[in-house]
Amino acid sequence: MTAAVSTLEIRNLHVSVETEEGPREILRGVDLTVRKGETHAIMGPNGSGKSTLSYSIAGHPKYTVTGGSITLDGEDVLAMGVDARARAGIFLAMQYPVEIPGVSVSNFLRSSATAVRGEAPKLRTWVKEVKASMEALEMDPAFAERGVNEGFSGGEKKRHEILQMALLKPKIAVLDETDSGLDVDALRIVSGGIEAVRAKGETGILLITHYTRILRYIKPEFVHVMAAGRIVDEGGPELAAVLEDSGYDRYVKAGGATAPAGAGAGAVS
Amino acid sequence: MVVIDATGRPPMASGAVPRPLRSRNPLDHGVPTGREEAWRFTPLRRLRGLLAGPDADGKVSVTVSAPAGVAVEQLDAADPRIGRVLTPADRVAAFAMARAGGATAVTIPAEAALAEPVIVHLHGESPRTAAGAAAGVAYGHLSIEVGPFASATVVLDHTGSATYAGNVEVYVGHGASLTFVSLQDWDAGAVHVGAHAYSIGRDAKLRSFTVTLGGDLVRLNPTVEYRGPGGDAELNGVFFTDAGQHQEHRLLVTHTPRSCRSRVTYKGALRGDAAHSVWIGDVLIEADALDTDTYELNRNLVLTDGARADSVPNLEILTGEIVGAGHASATGRFDDEALFYLQSRGIPPAEARRLVVHGFFAEVIDRIQVVEVRDRIMATVAGRLGETPADDSAEALAGAGPAGA
Ligand SMILES: Nc1ncnc2c1ncn2[C@@H]1O[C@H](COP(=O)(O)OP(=O)(O)OP(=O)(O)O)[C@@H](O)[C@H]1O
Ligand SMILES: [Mg+2]
Repeated sequence: MTAAVSTLEIRNLHVSVETEEGPREILRGVDLTVRKGETHAIMGPNGSGKSTLSYSIAGHPKYTVTGGSITLDGEDVLAMGVDARARAGIFLAMQYPVEIPGVSVSNFLRSSATAVRGEAPKLRTWVKEVKASMEALEMDPAFAERGVNEGFSGGEKKRHEILQMALLKPKIAVLDETDSGLDVDALRIVSGGIEAVRAKGETGILLITHYTRILRYIKPEFVHVMAAGRIVDEGGPELAAVLEDSGYDRYVKAGGATAPAGAGAGAVS
Repeated sequence: MVVIDATGRPPMASGAVPRPLRSRNPLDHGVPTGREEAWRFTPLRRLRGLLAGPDADGKVSVTVSAPAGVAVEQLDAADPRIGRVLTPADRVAAFAMARAGGATAVTIPAEAALAEPVIVHLHGESPRTAAGAAAGVAYGHLSIEVGPFASATVVLDHTGSATYAGNVEVYVGHGASLTFVSLQDWDAGAVHVGAHAYSIGRDAKLRSFTVTLGGDLVRLNPTVEYRGPGGDAELNGVFFTDAGQHQEHRLLVTHTPRSCRSRVTYKGALRGDAAHSVWIGDVLIEADALDTDTYELNRNLVLTDGARADSVPNLEILTGEIVGAGHASATGRFDDEALFYLQSRGIPPAEARRLVVHGFFAEVIDRIQVVEVRDRIMATVAGRLGETPADDSAEALAGAGPAGA
């Protein structure tokens, strides 16, 4: 018997958004492969296209794929609706999670677990499971009764995203700046939540971040640098250390038109 | 194409709340042409002649079930309790008072604490005929009195079909507390025009819910007056306006004595071609109404193209010494980002929409303490959206955790 691989493959992905001046190309040929159990970090300056990439993977209707492909274990992800992608095992922790007034967290979590698992989880074990996951993220049980993200602080929203990841057990999790807006304690707790999912080895993680501080808690095997809609450099964890020191200047100056040699940062691509 | 009117439209600059003529004589009220402020949104032809006060040729039966101690009587037309709270402000209300031939009165004695709700079931027994003739005309009058320091829940349940002009007078005694639900769950062909007048005693509390789901045309005119300081009126409303339906709620809260509070919260969802909702929220704070605290809100969710929501809040303040006065009105479509968020968690689009609508109404509906009524409203809304109600494990979770907040 062979173990399921769970591989997300992104090939030459081109993505545009509709603007008042017409379509604008944001991703200009992205290639990326994430396998189950691997952790990849994508780093890059503001506006380089990191969120665009994550939304495109999740299927946000605002982003139009104009070229290239995304597959999960060979299945055409781009042909799936947003909900079908989630059921196929793709999870996106959003940079700015949305408030849904009046829909309680508990109702929401159960509806999504039912959809993703294909059957309603047994109530008793489910309640225990949710409670344990909330405890691990140091979330007050009272959150279960609140509206989804309604009035949550930035840090609470991020914990809620990771709570969902823990419960939905995706094959591929895209975490879009889950670390931003977190104070030191919250960063430790949220990182612990991500690490717990990662340690199970069943999820491939694509960690999008602007800063290196979360990488002190979660060690990626692969680091990719994105600038102007392309992956312009790739390497191992040491690349993150270089970025910490020198920032993104040289990539931004290059405008992503030509990829700086990753070898300079000791990259293995 | 979607027409969304009055999205966040500011109130009339000077905030002049209209003062309609009040009289029991129908002929004192002019015949509307449709250009009057009070009638400009109403499709007059669909009133099926109610403006002319035709003889009744239909029937709305009234059945009251009430806990022991509650008096249910039939008042004759000359009874002084008729007209104590309501003086009609338009022709239809005046005709209804003149033609109802008395009233059904429900009296909750002083200091009674009712454990069970009083249910007043009004059933229209005059459906549109097979030949397509309009539902028969019927008039009605209800008079509800809550004695001093009593607490009670009264549910008015309108079902069936008729062309119905019905008034409701609610007299809340000093220190009393009333939860009042008026549910308009008419069959498709019904027309319902009603004046609902509430008089709030000193330190009394009214919590009302006006829930309009059915009918071809429903036009309700809730008004609140206070007889002494410390009165508190919460006017909640929910409507679901489907293709072709006209649902109009025109509220007027008049703060005359000092230190009274009012909260108006109406939420509507509209769907389908020519679905039309109208919400008018007039609040008048008179010169002696110091320490008034008022806020009114109308939010509408337009679910499809072709529906139209008119929303006009209007606040007139004649004293500077108030605690607070405000209003908000917003009409919007589905929040695409919310739908995306839910779907990105595996929830299919139709269920995502149902969750969002459920959540939109929950703020108001969850306040209704009468479980059967609350469940029926949610089930009706869910049914209209073509889905089954959500499996909600909220209570199980709350029960399992230490925090029940
Ligand atoms: N809906 C949109 N309409 C117009 N422009 C857009 C839209 N979405 C993204 N963009 C533009 O695309 C570029 C990439 O945006 P994106 O949000 O993907 O960047 P990012 O790398 O996530 O940035 P940040 O670090 O600030 O989160 C930006 O210039 C942004 O303004
Ligand atoms: Mg971003």
